[in-house]
Amino acid sequence: MSNPSLSATHDSAHHDASSQTTAGFWVYLMSDCLIFAVLFATFGVLVGNTADGPAGRDIFSLPYVAGETALLLLSSFTFGAGMLSARAGRRGPLLAWLVTTALLGAAFVGMELHEFAALVHDGAGPGVSAFLSAYFTLVGTHGLHVTLGILWLGVMLHQAWHYGLDEVVLRRLACLSMFWHFLDLIWICVFTFVYLRAFL
Amino acid sequence: MLGRLGLDAIPYNEPIIMGTLLVVAVLGAALLGVVTYYRKWAYLWREWLTSVDHKRIGAMYIILALVMLLRGFADAIMMRAQQAIADSGHAGYLPPHHYDQIFTAHGVIMIFFVATPLILGLMNVVVPLQIGARDVAFPFLNQLSFWLSVAGAVLVMMSMFVGDFAATGWVAYPPLSELGYSPTVGVDYYIWSLQVSGLGTLLTGINLLVTILRMRAPGMNLMKMPVFTWTALITNILIIAVFPVLTATLALLSADRYLGMHFFTNEGGGNAMMYINLIWVWGHPEVYILILPCFGAFSEIIATFSGKPLFGYKSMVYATSAIGVLSFFVWLHHFFTMGSGANVNAFFGIMTSIISIPTGVKLFNWLFTMFRGRVRYHSATLWTIGFMGCFAIGGMTGVLLAVPGADFVLHNSLFLVAHFHNVIIGGVVFGSLAGISFWFPKVFGFTLDERWGKIACWCWQIGFYLAFMPLYVLGFDGMTRRMNHYDNPDWHPWLVVALCGAVVIGLGILAMGVQLIVSIRHRGENRDLSGDPWDARSLEWSTSSPAPFYNFAVIPTITSLEQHWENKLTGRAYLKPEHYEPIHMPRNTGDGVLIATWSFVLCFALVWHIWPLAMLMLAAVIVHFIARTYNRNTDYYVPASEVARIENERYARLVRVTQVQRPSSSRPKAA
Amino acid sequence: MRHYPPNFARISRYRSYSSLSPLRWATVGVTTLLAGCHLALFAPGGDIGVQERHLIIVSLALMLSVVIPVIALTFLFCWRYRATNKRATYAPTWAHSTTIEWVVWGIPCVIVLFLAVLIWGTTHSLDPYRPLASKTPPVRVQVVALNWKWLFIYPDYRIATVNQLVVPAKTPIDFELTADSIMNSFFIPRLGSQVYAMAGMQTQLHLIADQAGTYRGMSSAFSGPGFSDMHFEVKATSEADFRAWVASARNGSNKLTHDGYLALAKPSVNSSPMFYASVEDGLFEQVVNQYMPGMKGMPGMHNAMTQAKE
Repeated sequence: MSNPSLSATHDSAHHDASSQTTAGFWVYLMSDCLIFAVLFATFGVLVGNTADGPAGRDIFSLPYVAGETALLLLSSFTFGAGMLSARAGRRGPLLAWLVTTALLGAAFVGMELHEFAALVHDGAGPGVSAFLSAYFTLVGTHGLHVTLGILWLGVMLHQAWHYGLDEVVLRRLACLSMFWHFLDLIWICVFTFVYLRAFL
Repeated sequence: MLGRLGLDAIPYNEPIIMGTLLVVAVLGAALLGVVTYYRKWAYLWREWLTSVDHKRIGAMYIILALVMLLRGFADAIMMRAQQAIADSGHAGYLPPHHYDQIFTAHGVIMIFFVATPLILGLMNVVVPLQIGARDVAFPFLNQLSFWLSVAGAVLVMMSMFVGDFAATGWVAYPPLSELGYSPTVGVDYYIWSLQVSGLGTLLTGINLLVTILRMRAPGMNLMKMPVFTWTALITNILIIAVFPVLTATLALLSADRYLGMHFFTNEGGGNAMMYINLIWVWGHPEVYILILPCFGAFSEIIATFSGKPLFGYKSMVYATSAIGVLSFFVWLHHFFTMGSGANVNAFFGIMTSIISIPTGVKLFNWLFTMFRGRVRYHSATLWTIGFMGCFAIGGMTGVLLAVPGADFVLHNSLFLVAHFHNVIIGGVVFGSLAGISFWFPKVFGFTLDERWGKIACWCWQIGFYLAFMPLYVLGFDGMTRRMNHYDNPDWHPWLVVALCGAVVIGLGILAMGVQLIVSIRHRGENRDLSGDPWDARSLEWSTSSPAPFYNFAVIPTITSLEQHWENKLTGRAYLKPEHYEPIHMPRNTGDGVLIATWSFVLCFALVWHIWPLAMLMLAAVIVHFIARTYNRNTDYYVPASEVARIENERYARLVRVTQVQRPSSSRPKAA
Repeated sequence: MRHYPPNFARISRYRSYSSLSPLRWATVGVTTLLAGCHLALFAPGGDIGVQERHLIIVSLALMLSVVIPVIALTFLFCWRYRATNKRATYAPTWAHSTTIEWVVWGIPCVIVLFLAVLIWGTTHSLDPYRPLASKTPPVRVQVVALNWKWLFIYPDYRIATVNQLVVPAKTPIDFELTADSIMNSFFIPRLGSQVYAMAGMQTQLHLIADQAGTYRGMSSAFSGPGFSDMHFEVKATSEADFRAWVASARNGSNKLTHDGYLALAKPSVNSSPMFYASVEDGLFEQVVNQYMPGMKGMPGMHNAMTQAKE
């Protein structure tokens, strides 16, 4: 049924689809934001319920977390640079930037996993107190999002390489870039309300 | 390897469950047999299971809801029978363990797998047609959403035969729903069926919101949108705003149960009151999610069958929006008795009574729509009139419950049970059934049998009052909900009356079944050739019945709030376009149904702690989704000649009807 | 703990609304209707219950004054404007009237305004945490919701009962409530308000029985398999009878000790009333604090339920 000669004359339909997808993805991010809102609220309620376990001040290391933050902020920057190349239609630099972003993201997740492992090892696992449950869940949910983002980056790397920078790939890159910056924003909140707050 | 799953998970020793299993198995086998005998598998797969057509998905949502209604109603009648028997010293026929699961399953099923699919189905069918769109914004996602709902429903049904269901009440308050007090898989079934179907609902919300905001026909600004679409818009905004809260809340409960965390436990500094707050932050807007589209359906129906535009369209829009906003500020009225301060209780009490203002305005507007109209008594009209009386009462008892001082004695009583059935049956069920009888021909091309429709309507109306008015009285007599047995002989007669009411409602459901069969058998006589069987007003009635898969051959341009009515008046309805353009449509796909299948198995594996299978299925979901993104052949163009062929057939039919006569309308029609 | 001045608002302040004439008729109607049957909430045995009955009737009457006309109009309009009635006016394009819009927004607004004033006042005067004004000093009762029975501790008399509450009539009762594990709601319909009993939390409730008699009490928040049998009897006696009862209870042999409590806290269904001649000091506080980190709970306490499951 598909008629290639028609596709050319009906670009408008695809343009609609593109703007719809970004709008839909934006709405999805808002709903995801609400999930984080619930997790932040929960953390706020439970932060004092340490149940004889350690409090945030006892277990967090600000320099370490500052390192994680730097990685993630840097990855947002590299993604932004990648999007500029994408819009300019330069696939080579785009792929390089995306690989850098993915590596920075992976380093962030690695640091977070290392932090979690150390906490569990020191007897401050998520089952110790309501505070630690809320902490692991909030930070872990963010980490899970970053992990999925890295997976998505991998897929987009392949698609950009395989299909070139066509309209669909650009649209998906735009969504992924929203997602990535959104996670950055969430992390800044995590950094402020979870880590910094513990030392105030 | 099988986690907690073993042969002992099947409750052999429960004759009621095994009997049900037998019946389900026999009926299921019969259904599969019939499909096989008539060689309909390929047709089913091609035309329905893999369909991305919003009308078919909507119809399947409604079918799912009606099937689940049977289960939910069976639960209801078992509860009513138990309470009619278990008076002073009699234990009844259901032990607490079984009874507690039944009332939990009844609530879960009726809210998540009957009411929600009913309104999602109606919105799916109607919204794109009303705004002059050819499909929803994301057709594949729509299919996935639907099948995720089915996965949730199957999971709930399965819990009856493999393992057990939650015995906690439908909102599963901790600490009762925590592992220590509910150690079986029941609550896990509850969690995962809600998670998977909730995800589906959220995706639908996003989908329909983008559809309404981005795909309206040219000229249709927000204030030219039909009222049903307005209510759908607000409902979808509410879905997007609150379903993530449900997802997060249930995720925290599962973190407690699966990972030994302490969000809501008594121990470790957990806080169960937080769960109660969170679940109602979702739960109260949820009831408005359910009722608003029904308000929309009533508005369309009452205007159509009164032969007048809806009275106070702008009022309706503002009232709907106001309800949407206010619904976020009332959740605490579900637990005035938790010991919050008087100021907090008074605030939420007053907010709750304020929400009755826009609702009251709507009632008045429907009244004044009938005023100086020509009211035709179609069964949809009967449902609507029944609703107006019923909802006035339910609204009133709701406001009474919102008065904290009164709630201190009525909380958790049968008065409460009567109230929310009053608004949910009176509003959501009547509204959806009215909507179904109204829009049925748009999907299937023939109208439903009126005689049986009216019988069903009367049975429901009478049965409703018989079943629930006694519960109001029992609430005043201090009878609390969820009792397995009781020792107060004063309550017994009222409960017997309530059982009789439930039986009458059962007759109503039976009549609905008969109506469906009779209508299908007589579909030849009831065919809707004009596409506008009720002499209606909005855009969906300007296309043929059943609507072609592309809905509109030419996207209409909107100049009026009641575009179709306007066109009929000015003789512009049914004008044949000079030429047709190729139409861009999405391709059917099996990906949605398959991904939902993996999700179902994933949830089942999680319920039973079958970790390898869970990992495998999680991988399957992700890989399948990624694979889908490599499919570049997801849409196609319907050639103009094909459109012309379908449309010419339609105009040939139209000429035939307009030459004979059209019901209750003598306006000139151009054909 | 919140305190209120003793001159709390009486419900009679709101009687002034009954000067609205349809409202008065509706009130009369509702009262007659409901007085006919002896429903628990309409046969209150104490002041809180009486006020709540009044509140229910006033609110219902207020709302019925709109709801009844609306229902009547619904049937009137749908009959009068039936399609077959060609004599009725037909205005096929009439869909707006500013006057009617004002009225339909105005009426609910006015009703809700009245309701809001009523809600604000009564929510404060009927706040379960608010001590009752009375010359008689209150009797204190500590309530522990167990699975599935009620433990009542009288800290001033150092006695305790299970599934039976004996109180003096015409004396305010100050309840402090908690639960050992699952949440319940403590409710004596004829005396009035209920309040949740939650583990690790302490809630309060103030009730009074103005007439001597026996009242039914129950849990009204579902708490698991034994929930339906989680009811108790409330005996409101004269002051003298109450003294006598306390004295006889003190003469019993049963003592509620630490171990005794742990045994009692194990789940059981349909327990018959029990009496304890003495109670270990601070038992209630220990039950409340058992889940509080850093506080001294009772050793081994919150495992009672889990152990019993084995």
